[in-house]
Amino acid sequence: MSELIFFYVANILTLGGAITVVIAKNIVYAALGLFVSLIGVAGLFLMGLAQFLALAQILVYGGAIVIVILFALMLTKIEDFRELRDQTHRPIAILASVFIFVLLAASILLTEIRTTQPSEISIEKIGEMLFNQWAIPFEVASIILLIALIGAIVMVRVGQTDD
Amino acid sequence: MIDLVHFQLASAALFSIGIYGVLARRSSILVLMSIELMLNAVNVNLIGYSSFTDFGMDHRILGQIFVIFIITVAAAEFALAVAIILRLYRNLSTVNIDEISSLKG
Repeated sequence: MSELIFFYVANILTLGGAITVVIAKNIVYAALGLFVSLIGVAGLFLMGLAQFLALAQILVYGGAIVIVILFALMLTKIEDFRELRDQTHRPIAILASVFIFVLLAASILLTEIRTTQPSEISIEKIGEMLFNQWAIPFEVASIILLIALIGAIVMVRVGQTDD
Repeated sequence: MIDLVHFQLASAALFSIGIYGVLARRSSILVLMSIELMLNAVNVNLIGYSSFTDFGMDHRILGQIFVIFIITVAAAEFALAVAIILRLYRNLSTVNIDEISSLKG
């Protein structure tokens, strides 16, 4: 029972933060809503017995991505950051998102999947599989991260050479 | 008790909210945040499957390994996207996606 309560609290945090992201008039509130939403997702990971990923989620998203967003907000002076306007085709966006939700919910509720009681997957097992069977993709991922970060630095550098 | 359906519905709701944000927001930073929400919806779905289905241990661990890769690639994508937004702001002095239409010709 207490599990269910915790699940709903995490879910309300996630969805409430997400709704703040998409409807807030002030862009800083939207960034804080994103933070709340990502912490809520970490709570959902805990309910799925994925402790390591909950930790990684808080570190990567809560620690890094929200800070980077706040820096991006600081560096781009948006004139109307307190009273954002949405696109003019907002009704179509509402229609599209409701349509996708109904489609997904219908297919979820109509599909039978054999479920079982959740059992914990230990961090040791994840690490073992990650560094044996998935070692090369892991290294490729690290190279992707390196290239992306170098590319980002090159792109925003105030260049003396070409611009 | 919590079931797989709860995770799937939470994930679907988060994904739909992200779709709405991508389509309706004007500032490209907010569009980027909505894309992050959609990526997280996918992660929630994968974690739900990895802990509630009886696919066998190897496949269940695979779900978590997928999530690790998604988080890594999302971080790389995010850094590049912020760099592109800063560059756009420096060149065009705006980040609103309806005003950035140089490719329209």
